[in-house]
Amino acid sequence: MRMNLRQMNDNQAGTIASIKVAGDLGQRMREMGLVPGTEIRIQGRAPLYDPVALRVRGATLTLRNNEADFIEVEVKE
Amino acid sequence: MQATVALAGNPNSGKTTLFNELTGARQHVGNYPGVTVEKKEGTYTHKDFTLHIVDLPGTYSLTAYSLEEVVARDYLVNEKPEVVINIVDSSNLERNLYLAVQFLEMGIPVCIALNMMDVAKKRGIEINAEKLSTLLGVPVVPTIARTGKGKQELMESAAHIVRDHKEFGALKISYGDDVDQAMLDMEKEIEANNFMTDTYPARWVALKYMEKDEQIVNQGEKINPDLAARLEERVKKVSRHLLNTLDTYPEAMIADQRYGYIKSILKQGVIFQKYDQNRLYSSDKIDKVLTNRFLGPLFMLAVIAGLFHLVFTYSAVPVGWLESLFGWIGHGLYTILPDGLLRSLIVSGIINGVGGVLGFVPLIMFMFFGIAFLEDSGYLARVAFMLDRVFRIFGLHGSSVMAFIVSGGIAGGCAVPGVMATRTLKSPRERMATLLTVPFMNCGAKLPVFALLIAAFFARYEAAIMFAITLGAWAGALLVAKLLRVTVIKGASTPFVMELPPYRMPTFKGLAIHTWERTWQYIKKAGTVILGFSIILWAMMTFPMLPESRIEEFESSRQSMLVSAPAPVSGELKNADEKIALSGAALKLKEQLQSIDYAEAEAGLRYSAAGQIGTALESVSQWAGFDWRTNIALLGGFAAKEVMVSTLGTAYSLGEIDPEASGPLSEKLAQDPGWSPLMALGLIVFTMFYAPCFVSVVCISKESGSWKWGAFAIIFNTLFAFGLAVLIFQTGSALGVLVN
Repeated sequence: MRMNLRQMNDNQAGTIASIKVAGDLGQRMREMGLVPGTEIRIQGRAPLYDPVALRVRGATLTLRNNEADFIEVEVKE
Repeated sequence: MQATVALAGNPNSGKTTLFNELTGARQHVGNYPGVTVEKKEGTYTHKDFTLHIVDLPGTYSLTAYSLEEVVARDYLVNEKPEVVINIVDSSNLERNLYLAVQFLEMGIPVCIALNMMDVAKKRGIEINAEKLSTLLGVPVVPTIARTGKGKQELMESAAHIVRDHKEFGALKISYGDDVDQAMLDMEKEIEANNFMTDTYPARWVALKYMEKDEQIVNQGEKINPDLAARLEERVKKVSRHLLNTLDTYPEAMIADQRYGYIKSILKQGVIFQKYDQNRLYSSDKIDKVLTNRFLGPLFMLAVIAGLFHLVFTYSAVPVGWLESLFGWIGHGLYTILPDGLLRSLIVSGIINGVGGVLGFVPLIMFMFFGIAFLEDSGYLARVAFMLDRVFRIFGLHGSSVMAFIVSGGIAGGCAVPGVMATRTLKSPRERMATLLTVPFMNCGAKLPVFALLIAAFFARYEAAIMFAITLGAWAGALLVAKLLRVTVIKGASTPFVMELPPYRMPTFKGLAIHTWERTWQYIKKAGTVILGFSIILWAMMTFPMLPESRIEEFESSRQSMLVSAPAPVSGELKNADEKIALSGAALKLKEQLQSIDYAEAEAGLRYSAAGQIGTALESVSQWAGFDWRTNIALLGGFAAKEVMVSTLGTAYSLGEIDPEASGPLSEKLAQDPGWSPLMALGLIVFTMFYAPCFVSVVCISKESGSWKWGAFAIIFNTLFAFGLAVLIFQTGSALGVLVN
């Protein structure tokens, strides 16, 4: 099932299906290891539910919710 | 043999640790030309070779999106170091090789340091360095920077590259048929026209065009507009095609293929992972508690309060020593030198100026030690993560909080280390907004001013007013930050995509070197300018001196007082010994003489350039209810806010008032008809927000890279503060609130 990264629950895992953003933000995401086909898992959220922390390629990255909106994830049922 | 080696790598890959390990204390810190990015250099000497080592800024990529990346790239292209050592974190190999691949694409001599082998091993990761070296075609040396393991092999391998003059061909990865074909065409055109090929390889220029790299595209337009337009048109064509067929962009395609290339290399028996790579480690378990919804903020408050307490309590002792030392030197020179201008210049101008600069040194050392500890341990990234949501509302960044706290977010900080602490912020606009608003916080020097005014007019509400002042400072700083972010520093917020590095115990060596660097920079850069400023301020409050006739008037009234006093009393005072107590009558005479001295000091101050400015400003400042005495005190406060208290003392003929014991002055103000609680309130608000002291202004200029921002801080803050003070005074007067 495909869903937006923002909607994923803590500890939910999946594979990035698409990242629909160009420019600075898109480049930042790519160079930090977020490209389609990458496995991720939601590690948790900040006390105010934003930003979100994810596990990617063995590291922890953080994204703001409005940045996570550009990422679609294929989630295992 | 001598050669230059550049150290490059991702942030958190242990690059700085390796640099410290290689160069020890033999390092030099400066800036890259024209920008505020730090450039660290050092030397490594071995039996038969000396390597000049340059630490490039930590980057994840070589695009043109951040200043750090442009600086690193420009250095590699323009300075052409003989070898680039790329430090990669072995426990995070896949992501770290993304940068390595980009060096290989440039075709520059690279040597890879496979760092943190110990951490990788603990995580069940085994790496075949030889295999990796064969597949990438560059030397790969396993290292553990924290212990220095492998550093010699690494340096020998770098020296080897220099000696052998080995040729490094550019790595050619397939970026997909469409991109590849377009790049081949572009490459041909670029070569045929010698388009930037003196500086960059042709394929690399084509690649950067494909990535829509701003720096290269802009350069190209200047060099050969026709060709540049053709190249851009070709890229647009591919972009349209990719968007229609694959719903992607060329730069995304390129990144995909780079990761694909890395994956294909790692799959050929380079890496063996015992566990799932996204499994949780102890660091993640700590995070479950430290970024927990409830415990996280509580722990953060404790850490911040603890840091603050540690810094300001423990630095108080050495600050005290320095103060006494300078007090002692000042007093010594005061007794040795004859009365006159020279003494005044040396004691009031120079010693106080130098003392003012050096007085901050212990504070800065403690503060940077604490902040470096939080940063190196990885906790600072968590603070940014937890607070980002709040600070983003005001156009700032989660990391801004440290600078605000240090500057006096908890009353009693100091804006100087606060401004310097903004270096931990990697987003340029957010950093600028932070460093311009931290001086609004209530630093330790403003507290004596508040204490004086509160004691005089609001003694009963001391705690409530202090609390309101603290909240007011935060509100003012955050709102002004927001204002600046939608006006002078407007622009989209920098992406927050950030790494939460695993928690690590910082090394003492790393902390010590970092602390020393910051401190030395402060002493060196700020010292000279501040000394000049304090001499100017001294001159303004001294010249022009009272005309002879006025001085004679004061002298004659002193003489007549001495003459009119009974002979035994004046005789007693004349021959007085410091150790013997004076009789009542003599003491009274002494006080009377002193009051003439004070009146003379007041007249002198009013007559000086500063006094004349203060008097001239009365026509404007009366809107806020400030008279010339207040104006002059505010002028003095530009040296350091607590100077306001002693200047007011002189202006009210009370002599020099000790900021720590301002009782008599506060009584005087309470009785003075020119003062009202309303005006005092306006003055408190004005003091909170007006021009930062000049030490801060110097730091703001240095950190922002331009004196324009220093001037902006002086002018904007003063106008802002004056607006508020007028608003308070006029509204209050109209409503008849707090007028007496």
